[in-house]
Amino acid sequence: MNERKNKLISEKNHKAWLYLLPALLFLIAFMVYPLIDVLIYSVEEGYNFASQTYFGVGGYNFSYVLHDPYFLQALKNTFILVVITVPLSTILALLISTGLSSIKPLRDLYQTIYFLPYVTNTLAVGLVFMILFQKTEYTDGLVNLVIHFFGGSSVDFIDGPYWAKMFVLCFYTIWVVMPFKILVLTSALASVNPDYYKAAKVDGTPKLRVFTRITLPMISPMIVYLVITGFIGAFKAYSDAVALFGTDLNAAGMNTIVGYVYDMLYGDSGGYPSYASAAAIILFAIVLTVTCINLLVSRSSRK
Amino acid sequence: MEHPLTTEPPLTTETPETAEVSSAIQTKQKNTRRTALIQKAVIYFLLTIWALIVLFPFYWMVLTSVKSYGAYNAEHIPALFTLSPTLQNYVDAFTTVPLVGYLLNTLIFTAATTILMVAVSVLAAYAFARLEFRGKNLVFTLFLSLMMIPSELVVITNFVTITNLGLRSTFTGLVLPSVTSVFYIYLLKENFQQVPDELYRAAKVDGTSDLKYLWKVMIPICRPTIVTITILKIIECWNSYVWPRLITDDPAYYLVSNGIQEIRENGFGRENIPAMMAAVVVISLPLIVLFLCFRKKIMSGVSRGGLKG
Repeated sequence: MNERKNKLISEKNHKAWLYLLPALLFLIAFMVYPLIDVLIYSVEEGYNFASQTYFGVGGYNFSYVLHDPYFLQALKNTFILVVITVPLSTILALLISTGLSSIKPLRDLYQTIYFLPYVTNTLAVGLVFMILFQKTEYTDGLVNLVIHFFGGSSVDFIDGPYWAKMFVLCFYTIWVVMPFKILVLTSALASVNPDYYKAAKVDGTPKLRVFTRITLPMISPMIVYLVITGFIGAFKAYSDAVALFGTDLNAAGMNTIVGYVYDMLYGDSGGYPSYASAAAIILFAIVLTVTCINLLVSRSSRK
Repeated sequence: MEHPLTTEPPLTTETPETAEVSSAIQTKQKNTRRTALIQKAVIYFLLTIWALIVLFPFYWMVLTSVKSYGAYNAEHIPALFTLSPTLQNYVDAFTTVPLVGYLLNTLIFTAATTILMVAVSVLAAYAFARLEFRGKNLVFTLFLSLMMIPSELVVITNFVTITNLGLRSTFTGLVLPSVTSVFYIYLLKENFQQVPDELYRAAKVDGTSDLKYLWKVMIPICRPTIVTITILKIIECWNSYVWPRLITDDPAYYLVSNGIQEIRENGFGRENIPAMMAAVVVISLPLIVLFLCFRKKIMSGVSRGGLKG
């Protein structure tokens, strides 16, 4: 009897692994193995892609990347992008979803509209932003026309001064990330227990106080979540920049860290998986550090 | 319904004093109602501004796509509407650049990746949710920890692997590394676990095999979640850019994201922005239609933790 039961379990054991097998194969081949491999690549010095040989092991790849002016430019761009877009988009999303929760008619319509950027192809719609902001021989572009109207002078946002380009990149990034943030915050606001609001109403608490004393604390876990995912997402920015400035981001001076990784791997400047690995690991270290700081700050502020 | 008290005389007699107080209350109420109304108006105004910011690029892309090439380039000041719309740009987009090819490639890539992903995820989620085996918790924990790995870290080796296997510019090379989604397995497993144990035991008593139980009971019950992850994966595939760009040198295998980039850089032989916008409209339309059909599903799926990219 006992033997039979054991046999049954081991047979089940065996079957369960069969169900798991496809997923395991995919994950091991395309996630676990690459993860180990990328660490190895990053310490192999002078790796040659064609002959697959290398000279030795050490930290040279990291030092090369950290001294590469293109990487430093990418680092600077990414940090500016993160510092501007993460707080701005979170605050904007908070305002919009608070407004959205306080209305009834048309709410569904607004929600649907606000979500549209999520389902659009970043590369394709980026081209629309490009022609809106671009200045060519034929036309100054619509945005410059508006600037003219308010008495400013026109700027080429796509091929012009650094801060103009950075402005468009931040603007487009915020446009792209807003749907997710609005959606998450709106559902967080909807899940706050209405009894709190009723109690506050009975006490005659002013609206601003209700917002800072009830709403914000209740949805703060979601805000923390959005800030953390926002940081991670913004550090990995790449396709927004390609959409606006084309594939040669180094020439435009608008490369990002992820863009640098891919440029090292592929294309005219590619063929250096070791440098790409080192840069990717540096990026991962930055993201990990920032996430840990975020978690620590949010935890200590809740106490 | 008539109130029994209404026929009786009022309990309080109105003195001039109380009348004054009640009118003061009335004006105060009127004031608060007015401020509430103004507040509502301001909220609607601000929400509309953001809605316009979101919608304007879409309007501009459709508008530009129906302006004729000559008319567009003659406009030093871009016109906000056009009186002579033309479909010529759409004809150009379909004939002078391989837009149909890009769309077909994306369709094949999306279908293959999504079907494989759903099959693999359902099997794995079933193993985690319903079957018993040694080391289940350990394997599941390892699975979850993989969720933290950014794709940027693994893409380098995958690029080398696929290149060495000679799978560049093939659908196999495009699809294989895009199949795995730890998050969807997790989502499905949570859903599978909500199916009551009694059903499983009853099926076992009837001698139903595990696979048949999965197919006849689990999948029908959990269909909403399966539909949700399918749609989310379709969106992800349709918009994927980085991996296809790394792995396809041959424009015959370009997906729409790379295709539009190619159109932008080498496009129509000359700078033909209206035709480019027509291509952008064609590329954007399928997902927007999908979204409008499955609005509720997509939004609830995304709010459960779908992150773009």
